[in-house]
Amino acid sequence: MNFELEPEHRMVQQMVRDFAEREVAPHIREWDRRQAMDPGILRRMGELGILGICIPTRWGGQGMDYLALGLACEELEAVDTSLRVAMSVHLGLNSLGLLQWASDEQRQAFLEPQARGEKLAGFCLTEPGAGSDVASLTASARRDGEDYVLNGEKMWISLASRADHFLWFARTNPQAADPHDGLSAFLLEADRPGVTRGDIHGKLGIRAGSTGWVNCQDVRVPARLRMGEEGEGFKIAMACLDGGRYTVAAGATGLIRACLEASLRYARQRQAFGRQVAGFQLIQRKIAGMVQSYEMARLLYLRAGWMKNVGRRNTRETSLAKWFATEASFQAASEAIQIHGAYGYSDEYDVERYLRNARGAMLYEGTSEIHELIQAGYALGLRQDAALRCELPGYTPEEAATAGAIDSRTGPM
Amino acid sequence: MNIVVCVKQTPDTAATVTVENGKVSWGDAPLVINPWDEFAVEQALRTKEAHGGKVIAVSVGPEAAREALKHALAMGCDEAILVSDPGLQGGDSLVISKALAAAIEKIGGIDLAMFGRQAVDSDTGVTPAQVARRLGWPALTLVAAVSAVDPAGRTISVDRALDEGRQQVKSPLPAVVSVTKEICEPRYPSFMGIRKASKATIPVWSAADIGMASIPAAALSWPEVFAPPKIETKVEMITGDSADAMAAKLVARLIEEKVL
Repeated sequence: MNFELEPEHRMVQQMVRDFAEREVAPHIREWDRRQAMDPGILRRMGELGILGICIPTRWGGQGMDYLALGLACEELEAVDTSLRVAMSVHLGLNSLGLLQWASDEQRQAFLEPQARGEKLAGFCLTEPGAGSDVASLTASARRDGEDYVLNGEKMWISLASRADHFLWFARTNPQAADPHDGLSAFLLEADRPGVTRGDIHGKLGIRAGSTGWVNCQDVRVPARLRMGEEGEGFKIAMACLDGGRYTVAAGATGLIRACLEASLRYARQRQAFGRQVAGFQLIQRKIAGMVQSYEMARLLYLRAGWMKNVGRRNTRETSLAKWFATEASFQAASEAIQIHGAYGYSDEYDVERYLRNARGAMLYEGTSEIHELIQAGYALGLRQDAALRCELPGYTPEEAATAGAIDSRTGPM
Repeated sequence: MNIVVCVKQTPDTAATVTVENGKVSWGDAPLVINPWDEFAVEQALRTKEAHGGKVIAVSVGPEAAREALKHALAMGCDEAILVSDPGLQGGDSLVISKALAAAIEKIGGIDLAMFGRQAVDSDTGVTPAQVARRLGWPALTLVAAVSAVDPAGRTISVDRALDEGRQQVKSPLPAVVSVTKEICEPRYPSFMGIRKASKATIPVWSAADIGMASIPAAALSWPEVFAPPKIETKVEMITGDSADAMAAKLVARLIEEKVL
């Protein structure tokens, strides 16, 4: 057993940290206040390869492993949650879903440009009336000759107004005895006639990110863009969540670290009762709590990442990592505000943004309650993982970086 | 254009440096590539991209200096060489410049040797000039812009950033160039570069390998090392009945303290 990061992981960490601190940190307060994502930042993440970090080079990605994906998410969310959310939907939910389930033709048309960062991707599962209860979704897909006709509305969709591609879930068989078996997944280009979308404003947090709605009205999609088999949509959605939740877990870990670092800085600098507040045991208890949750969250997500690397099913471990890290990040942000006192309540300091940003992750990609049920289900033997028709490929360096893919900036190896 | 970039591994600039019993310590802060050297690596890569050739990163230092070389490889350098020898440990810039010049001569066929303007730990900034002297090459220090490189005509034209302004210099090649941070914005390592760097085997050359039969003793000694004294500050509130009265008092105090 080895708990040490490989040199390449440390370099990924440093590179993503430098990017986020240099190009995002100086502006994030302003972007958050404006409630708008900077138009250039996702393009920049694409250019640097961050948006395709763990996609094999033959599909346009950078050929790093799943641990590198987690470490990148940790570094991004240590600066702002909006960056990590983009990773979660573009890469965790959508691109990894395509890597697992799509045909080679579909990967070529959709995954490749996504991995290169040329196209942005979103994930359309949640509806105005269907969140945790996925199987009750009402968006429909009716077969009509060589096409499907999509109708329905999706809500709380990250990158709704930015994405070029969506993974769209709809009901293809309303008569299925079990509603779970009536869903299918589709690769949907945002510029198809009948697709409309918009942003939601007034969110509590992640204000520098794009969240919105997407509507399909009689949108014709050729049958070749159905991903997986008809009726496989629920399984695909759940598998995609194993990718998305992993990025959320890793990101929330970064948020805990940001809370800890801000608290350490402030506690050393702030004087009260004639000394640094860091000297008070009640402040130290809060700091100790953040250290504890950071280390635990980190071990949990790195284990899930390792399981992905070796190609082992990780629904249980990823859910645990996501549940723990998101709850702990909210707690850490709240304690960080407490350490900052009244200053923490204003956006002069970052910790109030951390609190607002942390809250959403207890709702999306499985509410905390859903994760409790998942964990209890596994523990009680009520839940087992059935084998899937397509499994997410594990990581082998040779497979991930096949010959022929050359980075234009560094030349051939 | 074959270019050598000389890089040094230094403590992170964010590290808290302390001095205990005459020894400098930066705790468990990470060691990084000297930030100035990143500008040199970037400029070397741009020159190579424009004129062909290769970029070789060279460092003199302990095993740990591999990390700085790996960073240079991840940024896109073609090769890296570590010069490491117990006899070179703790050497001053006279010793290090001799080792670097010997390594550059051993590599052979080099048109440019590039440096950051100084290292953030020792801050001497003299190594580039010393290497140039040992190689017998022109030293172009504090270069803020490379305006032209003519590989066929064997010349390089640069702007040097001096206190008095910019000095334009045209020099024959080969030459030694040390760069300031105005010269360019260093790129991030690419993921492809990171993978390459993490797999790279970096050759280690000893003093004997580079033909340094004898290692000169350091000319520089550090008889005493201490932390800079803490600057004591005190705050004095100027009070008065009116703004004019307070201003008059303030001026009087400033004169008294010899500030004005």
